[in-house]
Amino acid sequence: MIPTSFDYVRAASLRDALNALAGSDGTTKVIAGGHSLVPMMKFRLAQPARLVDIGGVGELKGIVEHRKGARIGALATYRDVIESPLLAERFPILAETAHQIGDTQVRNRGTIGGALAHADPASDMPAVMLVLGAEFTLRSKRGKRVVPAAEFFQGAFQTAVAGDELLVEVTLPGAPRGAGMAYVKQMAAASGYALAAAAAVVGRTRKTISHIAVALTGVGDQHHVVRSVQDLVGTKGEPEAIAAAAAKAVEGIDVQGDVHAPAPYRAHLATVVVRQAIERALARAK
Amino acid sequence: MATIFGSGIRRREDPRLVTGTATYTDDVKLPGLTYALFLRSPYAHATIRKVDVAAAKAAPGVVAVYTGHDVNPHTIGVPCAWNVPNCDLKVPAHPLLATEKVRYAGDPVAMVVAESRAAARDALDLIEVDYDPLGAETDPEKALAPGAPQFHADVPGNKAFTWEVAGGDADGEFARAEAKVELRIVQQRLLPTAMEPRAAVAQYNRGSGQLTLWCTSQNPHIHRFLCSVMLKLPEHRVRVIAPEVGGGFGSKIPAYSDEALVSWAAMQTGRPVKWTEDRSENYKVTIHGRDHVEYVEMCGTKDGRITGIRSRVYAGLGAYASTAGPGIPTILHGLVYSGAYVIPHIKCTVHGAYTSATPVDAYRGAGRPEAAYLIERLVDTFAREVGMDPAEVRRKNFIPKSSFPHTVATGITYDSGDYEPALDKALAKIGYHAFRKEQAEARKQGRYLGIGIGSYIEICGLGPSQVAGAIGFGAGLYDSAIVRVYPTGMVRVYIGASPHGQGEETTFAQIVAEEFGIPVEHVEIVHGDTETTPQGWGTYGSRTTAVCGSAVKVAAGRVKEKAKKLAAHLLEANEADLEWADGAFRVKGSPDKAKAFGELALMANVAWNMPAGLEPGLEANAFFDPTNFVYPFGTHACTVEVNPDTGEVKILRYVAVDDCGPHINPVIVQGQIHGGVAQGVGEALQEIAVYDSDGQLLTGTMMDYAVPKATQVPVIETDYTVTPSPVNPLGVKGCGEAGTIVSAAAVVNAVVDALQPFGVRTIDKPVTPARVWAAIQAARGGNGKGAH
Repeated sequence: MIPTSFDYVRAASLRDALNALAGSDGTTKVIAGGHSLVPMMKFRLAQPARLVDIGGVGELKGIVEHRKGARIGALATYRDVIESPLLAERFPILAETAHQIGDTQVRNRGTIGGALAHADPASDMPAVMLVLGAEFTLRSKRGKRVVPAAEFFQGAFQTAVAGDELLVEVTLPGAPRGAGMAYVKQMAAASGYALAAAAAVVGRTRKTISHIAVALTGVGDQHHVVRSVQDLVGTKGEPEAIAAAAAKAVEGIDVQGDVHAPAPYRAHLATVVVRQAIERALARAK
Repeated sequence: MATIFGSGIRRREDPRLVTGTATYTDDVKLPGLTYALFLRSPYAHATIRKVDVAAAKAAPGVVAVYTGHDVNPHTIGVPCAWNVPNCDLKVPAHPLLATEKVRYAGDPVAMVVAESRAAARDALDLIEVDYDPLGAETDPEKALAPGAPQFHADVPGNKAFTWEVAGGDADGEFARAEAKVELRIVQQRLLPTAMEPRAAVAQYNRGSGQLTLWCTSQNPHIHRFLCSVMLKLPEHRVRVIAPEVGGGFGSKIPAYSDEALVSWAAMQTGRPVKWTEDRSENYKVTIHGRDHVEYVEMCGTKDGRITGIRSRVYAGLGAYASTAGPGIPTILHGLVYSGAYVIPHIKCTVHGAYTSATPVDAYRGAGRPEAAYLIERLVDTFAREVGMDPAEVRRKNFIPKSSFPHTVATGITYDSGDYEPALDKALAKIGYHAFRKEQAEARKQGRYLGIGIGSYIEICGLGPSQVAGAIGFGAGLYDSAIVRVYPTGMVRVYIGASPHGQGEETTFAQIVAEEFGIPVEHVEIVHGDTETTPQGWGTYGSRTTAVCGSAVKVAAGRVKEKAKKLAAHLLEANEADLEWADGAFRVKGSPDKAKAFGELALMANVAWNMPAGLEPGLEANAFFDPTNFVYPFGTHACTVEVNPDTGEVKILRYVAVDDCGPHINPVIVQGQIHGGVAQGVGEALQEIAVYDSDGQLLTGTMMDYAVPKATQVPVIETDYTVTPSPVNPLGVKGCGEAGTIVSAAAVVNAVVDALQPFGVRTIDKPVTPARVWAAIQAARGGNGKGAH
């Protein structure tokens, strides 16, 4: 439980951080809350030669209004997310999800940017970002680019972030008016990670579903947008229709089995959480 | 003065534990301290071709690197101390460091001693070992099957032993019985998970030849004994100190190679050496519990009389025979097959197996929870078979109150018992009959509720030393106390047992304060240091209060007898004319003529005016050896709701009615029951150590091994009956393991009850959501494959 030795750079500003990352050969890692990276280092699964600590970079903090949506600084902690009145009003799914992550200590220190850049296939926020249509702002000394969530996540622990880039901000476009949202998670008893979890956003126009987005986490080797639920657009969301759409949720997904959830159970559980998330989101839609 | 014995005063241990001021082994810091780490086999089973430590020796900060070739010729391997008699037990060699072969993932191959833990850790990566991997087998039944990999050259077929206990004529009874049921039960491997992992600090004085070893021990005298053997040191030059110990649950009873190696390194280097496990290492190398595959049967009459129980058990010992390993699935398991019932025909056959997994030893309850689980699962299955209420089957078969002391078919004699009141209390408290109606209503609404009962007895208060010898346990089982009274009337009590969370610093002070009529704050309990405490055998098997507490009571009684002689002398009265009342010896009829304990303490210690023939001082010791084990008992009941869609089990209510004799401190008794039930619920619902086919532990961290969290433990409603034991002067029976014994059975019985509408007959623990779902699918004829 002792990491290999490493150099440590504490960035005082965003410019500092980007300078430290410039020309990185892949042996430099960014550390914020450290809740995923430090355990991996202690197991020596990660052996970075250098850590760039961005914990003191004020520019990366804060949650602000952005048109009808919001911008969330990469250093926002889960606790910041939970306590934000803006997010509570516009994206209540974020607090609902954050409440189901780790424990109080984890939520106090763990950052949303860190979790997204880590891209654990069983972590919670990526699925939520997919259903909210989030965009990720990446900065480097070379410049700035904006990547949509669907392109940001590229597989287990794989993202669009290049070695010299830093995820600085997540931008959420406004959700459809009156949309309901829900995050439903079945946790592994020990870790609290998702055996299967689903995020759903459902918008209605005159009692008919006009917008729906559902994503799964914990089921395969990455996060998945569930396409089958588009069948519900134009319906009133009758229970049978939801169940039928949910039953197809894992089609095309290579469902993973492990000691906690053998693949057949996990595949079944995925359909349950998708169904429940849609039902709950629909019930919350105005 | 209000009676202090029986009062729920606060634990005096807690302030230091909850304010971070307790001293654990890892807190021991000595000048010139070095740090040890072990290189452990990544393979479950492999031949070692070569170990190259040259680069590690040359690394910065490294003090020494040792392999088995350095250590083993000068030491004796890890001993097994429970040589179960009347069977063909084979105990293979267990060298401190492996040289020829490794036999589980975690088997130590080399040791690095360095100036810092970081330097030691870096040096581990520089040791090169060439392994030839061999086949693994961690399942005890499969390890005994033909074609299994062979782990020890001198143990053919990996067969550690075949052991049998029989009473009556079980085979004949099963042949003629009216009703029979059978189950296959897996008692899954469990990881004891003491909050404090193991640790050791050793200091050796080359001048005096004295070794001092601080270590995480439930029994420092046993560790002194076994370390002196392993290190070939005279026992009187070994001092073992168990400072604060953060839980053990059995895992800190055994001797391990680690403590011996740390000591050996201190002797070689002349510098103190410290080693502290991290959690992953703890899960890999500290003993595991349970690990049985059982084929069990029960038979009886159609009207619910149980007449026989029979088993074939495959018990995994792991890679080596741990200190008490062979005794647990045999003596502590088979002998209690009668449970709380009159069962005339019993036969238990246990096949012990060496496997390529971490050694198995005592884990809270050790053998007895396995027995209680199989008995109570069988009773429920039998009740269903004969169409009777499971509570009534229990009642019908209970050993009647009138027959105690009662000898069961396996030959052991229960000291005292009265089982029906505990059952009645549990049923009343949980509202058994009302729940049955609620359950029927819920089923109409598509909800699945269940209720489960477990009635148990436990063999504990280990035990008479003569019996320990007869059953091959390589130690005594008496315990000891010295009660020392200071001139100011303050008292220190030195005990041979070694509490590590159970609260005896508080309860033993209550025993002494009650005896002397003094404030409990005037009594201090000292334990854990072989230098100051008398020979004793440690804290396990719910023995500390029944055995060591009795020694305290007897020694305090001896002090009091002496004080009485002095009081008679000072009061110029005959001893026979004195009585003890309100904390003083008083002359009968003239209660103002009195000598209180404090005054007698002063007069005895200054010895200005002693009666002829009475020595100065006020102190006494006692070695208490009980005449029998004690047999606590009780009934637990639990209600659950099962969600058939997700497979989740929610415990609605949990009721524990236990009888451990009189309570010295009811709050501490309740705490012990709570802790035990938490562990039993964990065993029932979520704890399992899983190995893959290569013998790699897949649940090697707390991310994957599901020790219950506070939110995963139900509210535990406790109640008691009180049936004193006749075998010790306190009448106490011990409650350290009680909560664990039957709780897993009660929970699983409730889950199986809830699943009756699906036709699920049994389900393996832990009853995880995945397994519940799979069981329902299988019962429906669907795809229920894949749950572990």
